[in-house]
Parts: sequence; C-alpha cells; structure tokens
Amino acid sequence: MLTRFFYMLREGGMRTSVTELLTLLGAMKQGLAGTSVDDFYYLSRSCLVKDETQFDRYDKIFAAHFRGIEDAFRSLIADVPEDWIRQLGTLDLTDEERAEIESLGGFDEIMKALEERLAEQDERHEGGNKWIGTAGTSPFGVGGFNPEGVRIGKQQGGGSRRGVKVWEQREYRNLDDSVELGTRNIKLALRKLRRFAREGAADQLDLPDTIRSTARNAGYLDIKMVPERHNAIKVLLCLDVGGSMDDHVRVCEELFSAASSEFKHLEYFYFHNFVYESLWKDNRRRHSERIPVQEIVHKYGPDYKLVFVGDATMSPYEIVYPGGSVEHWNEEPGAAWIQRLLNHFPKSIWLNPEPEQRWPHTPSVKITREIMEERMFPLTVRGLDEGIKRLR
Amino acid sequence: MTDNRFKGTDTYIATEDLMMAVNAGVTLERPILVKGEPGTGKTMLAEEVAAALGMPLFEWHIKSTTKAQQGLYEYDAVARLRDSQLGEDRVHDIANYILKGSLWQAFESEQQPVLLIDEIDKADIEFPNDLLRELDRMEFTVFETGETIHARHRPVIIITSNNEKELPDAFLRRCFFHYIRFPDEDTMQRIVDVHYPGLKKNLLREALAAFFKVREMPGLKKKPSTSELLDWIKLLLAEDIPPEALRAEDNRKAIPPLYGALLKNEQDVHLFEQLVFMNRGGRQ
Repeated sequence: MLTRFFYMLREGGMRTSVTELLTLLGAMKQGLAGTSVDDFYYLSRSCLVKDETQFDRYDKIFAAHFRGIEDAFRSLIADVPEDWIRQLGTLDLTDEERAEIESLGGFDEIMKALEERLAEQDERHEGGNKWIGTAGTSPFGVGGFNPEGVRIGKQQGGGSRRGVKVWEQREYRNLDDSVELGTRNIKLALRKLRRFAREGAADQLDLPDTIRSTARNAGYLDIKMVPERHNAIKVLLCLDVGGSMDDHVRVCEELFSAASSEFKHLEYFYFHNFVYESLWKDNRRRHSERIPVQEIVHKYGPDYKLVFVGDATMSPYEIVYPGGSVEHWNEEPGAAWIQRLLNHFPKSIWLNPEPEQRWPHTPSVKITREIMEERMFPLTVRGLDEGIKRLR
Repeated sequence: MTDNRFKGTDTYIATEDLMMAVNAGVTLERPILVKGEPGTGKTMLAEEVAAALGMPLFEWHIKSTTKAQQGLYEYDAVARLRDSQLGEDRVHDIANYILKGSLWQAFESEQQPVLLIDEIDKADIEFPNDLLRELDRMEFTVFETGETIHARHRPVIIITSNNEKELPDAFLRRCFFHYIRFPDEDTMQRIVDVHYPGLKKNLLREALAAFFKVREMPGLKKKPSTSELLDWIKLLLAEDIPPEALRAEDNRKAIPPLYGALLKNEQDVHLFEQLVFMNRGGRQ
C-alpha cells in the first residue's frame, strides 16, 4: 500500500524514510485519514515531509501520483528567483537596476513580456495542469511568476478551501530550496555558514566543568578538558567579476555581505573569467594593484577554505592554453595557476550562479569541474549547503 | 484521548491541516514539530491544545545555552559541597540534590500532559539528538541514583522552531511536522473575530485591507505578522480611530495611522514612507 507513491517520493529527491511511511500507515490504521482526500493529503504531508521547503515538491509528486502523470518529474527542477519579478513590479528602481533592466531589453519590453506571461499563466491554469512548469530558459520563466499565479488559482468566497485541490495550489512554491538565493533565502544560507563555523577540534580547559567535577569529587581537583569552539573559520573568497558575471551581481553581493558579516577571517580577491598569476582586491585599480597568486599562497595557510564564485563560462582556451586570457598575455595557462591554489588549499569549492541544468552545455564548466574534482556547486541554498559540507 | 480531537478553541483558529497534524500526533503519541513565521501562534498552540483537551501544560523554553540534560534533571553539586562543609545530614543522600527538569515533571504527571519545547532551534545543534531516546521511549535514567524514570502517560509533545538551525534527520523522522503558513484573509478575519468579537465590521475590513497591503509591499525586511496585526487593532481601538482613516484611497492620509505597531525596523518604515510618497506623487 502506498509503496509506489513512496518510491516516487524517493525518486523525486525527497528523503522520506521507511519509518515515516510506517507512521503514516499506522495513522491511517487509526482512522485519521478516513474522511476525505484532503485529510489524507494533510496527514501524509505531516508524516512524510519535515521541511517546508520540500512542500512544493511534495505537492507536485502528490498531484502526479494521484493523477497518474509520471512525467511531471521533469519540472521538479525549479528555475526562477521570484524576487526578480517582484522587484520589477515596483517602480522604485535604482539607476543601477534600471541599467540592468535596460541591458535585458528595456523596461517596457520586460513589463510587456510579463503581462503576456501572466495571460499565459492564466490560460494554463484554466487548462488545469499549471504545476507542470514550462521551459525555463528566459530570465523569468513562466512558472516563476507565482504571486499572481496563486491569486488566479485561489477560490473566491467560502470559508475553507474545498473544491480546489489544496496540493494543486502549490502555495509553498517560493519555499523550494533549489531556487537561487534571494534576499529572503540569504538568511537561511547565512545560518548554514554559521553552523559550519562552529566546528573544529582542539583541547582546552573547561573551567565550569572542572569546578563542578571538583565539587562533585568532594573538593579533590578534577580537571576537565573540552574541544575548543572554533568560531574563527578562515575563508578565502575569490569572485569572478565582469563579463558574463554581470547577470549574477546581486546574488554574489548577497553572498559576499552574508559571508563578510559571518567570518572574522575573510579575505577576498577578484578575478576575471579565470584565475591567472595575479588577482586584485579593488576593482577600480585592478590594473595597478594586483596581488600575485604566489604571494597569496605564501601569506595564507592551508587552513583557509578557498571558495571560488564564478560562472566558469568562457572559451576553453582561457583555461588550458598559455596566452588564453582575454585581458593579458599569460605565460602559463589558468589551469596551472588554479592547480597551485588547490594544492595549497586542500579545502576548496567552486560556487556557480548559473543553473545546474546548463552546466553540461558549456565545455569550460566541464573543464573547471574536472580541475575542481567535481567540487562545483550551484549558488542556491541547497548548493551552498552541499558545498559547505565539502569544506569541513 | 482518541475521541478527544483538537478542533481549535474559542480563542485560537486552527486550519484543517494544523488540526490534522495535532490529532495525528496525539493519537500516535509522537511529538509534533511546528514551524512558521514568528508571530503566527506557534507557542500559543501548545497552550490552546492543553486547554482544549483539558490537559496540564508543562513548558520548557530553550535558550542558546540550554542542554538536553537540563530538561531531565540537574545535579546541584555546589549545594552538596556546601552542605558537606556545614555538616548537614541531607548530604548523605544524593537524591536531595537532584533537581527535576520539565521533562521529568511532565513524565510524573497524574494525567496525560502537554509538554511544550519552545524554540528548539535556539539550542546547540546536537540538542535534538540528545533527546532522541527520551522522546522515543519516554524514559531516562538518573545516573547519580541509578533510578529509571518512566512516563506515566506519554505526554503530547509540541516542539516549536523558528528555523534558525536545521534539525537532524533522525529527530525529524520521529515527529509529525506542521508549517504554520501565514493565514489568508478569511482565516485572518476569523482570527481577529475571536480576539476582538465586538469589532465594527467596517473597521476590521479596512484594517485587514491596509494590513495585507503593507504585507504585500516588496522589499520589507520583516513583514508584519498575526500578532502584530492584533496589537495594531488593539491600538486602533484604544485611539478610537475611525475606519475611514484607514482607507488608502485618501491621498492625504495614505499612511495608515499607528503603523509603528506593524513595522518593527527603521529601514522598513523608511521604505514604506518612500513608497507611499511615490504613490501619492504618481497619482496627482
């Protein structure tokens, strides 16, 4: 019973366990889900899903299973940061933001596109299969225009929401953790960083425990040691700037501001497209004040965690050939330089703001991943989480 | 117990999915984990469940320094050391220095109690793991005396979390989970109704409209929540503000009165004023 559904949840990337399934079956045996499908939906969600960021995924699988549509799985990889659209909805734009919008084809153009999409969304909703997202190649994505989408789906009047199937409303969509970091999500990411900053091991005297144990020991000294709380994780952040990274400026800024408030020992450097013999700290004086990679290697110990942030999207020549750099003549290929950094800093990851689905289509991403030994993660909450695990 | 189903109370509006989670937890005697935006009534839930089901309530509020052991019991070694130097008699029995924690008290309760473990995410990451066995088997051992404490009745355990830390999987698997979503307008109306039953219909309507408008404003750092709405309405009543003053269509007074109760962050207030100002400018 429900076994197929259980496996579909697992295939859909949910970490539902057998214990939880058994709990659900136990609850059903007690007659808790007896009266309606809605009750069953609530009960099963409460048993099987323990994270509100997974609710949307669950809703999709639930809908798919109980309608027999199996290929809805393809749309499980969510695509659009909603703040983008919300931002556009307000007229309170800064000049930079305006410029950013202009670069994407003009404000009016975009508003028009949004309207069209909204209409599309409406139609699709009426067709009754709105949870199947459509192609997510545009900077917005149809499925991402959710605030309005939900409103359309919402039933007017009446106290409780019977009639419209609750799981089809997909009200938890903006909690899905595979969308890119946004102003809201950055807080979450910050907490992940905090958790990892607390770990580490060293021995030091635990004064309170020593006093307590000595007291318990009738006054005979009883020394207690504890591992040191390692609050001072050291991070070396290398950020790609300019060119194709312009689209990702905001998310990088957010990551950077989160990181700089979180770590006492944070050093940052910039590079363009790929790492060569020198990096810089100030973008305005990038040509005059450069810091050689050798100096970085000598200055910062291997206990620093090295984090690259970049889309790794460029010509493969820029990585593997001498003189491949777009800005200057490099004697040695970028691959050699990054390898030196990697040899010195054993704990390192690469965060890529490009959506993971697009990685296989870019050869330079593939090369970079090979150099990084697959330690490349998408710049999403989940990607950051996985990345941080690798940094420990 | 099983026939005793939670359906919300006179002062607490529970949505269907919340009722389901609570009833499932009560029936299967498993902890209920409640998450949600601050101010949506997570802590209230335990009090209301206890009141609705007629059970005593035990509360355990977690702080960043709280250890799992403190919920079970604490051994007051210093008191014993002092007593030993004063030559007190009670020093010979270690049991005199064991102080019972909330969990122990709940286990000892004569009838089935509700135990609230509030803001479990505030504690150390390992905290939930340290409680696995105790919550599973509802028993623990006092090492100092070798005594094992069993729960007389398995308490209904309600755990709240603000999502500051992720909870371990092993812990989550043992719980029922409920995420208190921000209430929609209908639910919100019912919530306000139970708190201020005599409220004038048009004041409530205008207040809710203004409130949801504020909430929908993009870029707010901390969106106002249910508890802030209730405070605000209380203020509106106390100041006897006429409902017409809340209507945003009135260009001159587009900022709702006493909005300090809704926005708790000076950046938000600033942004809010700016947006309102821009709106006004745009219309003229």
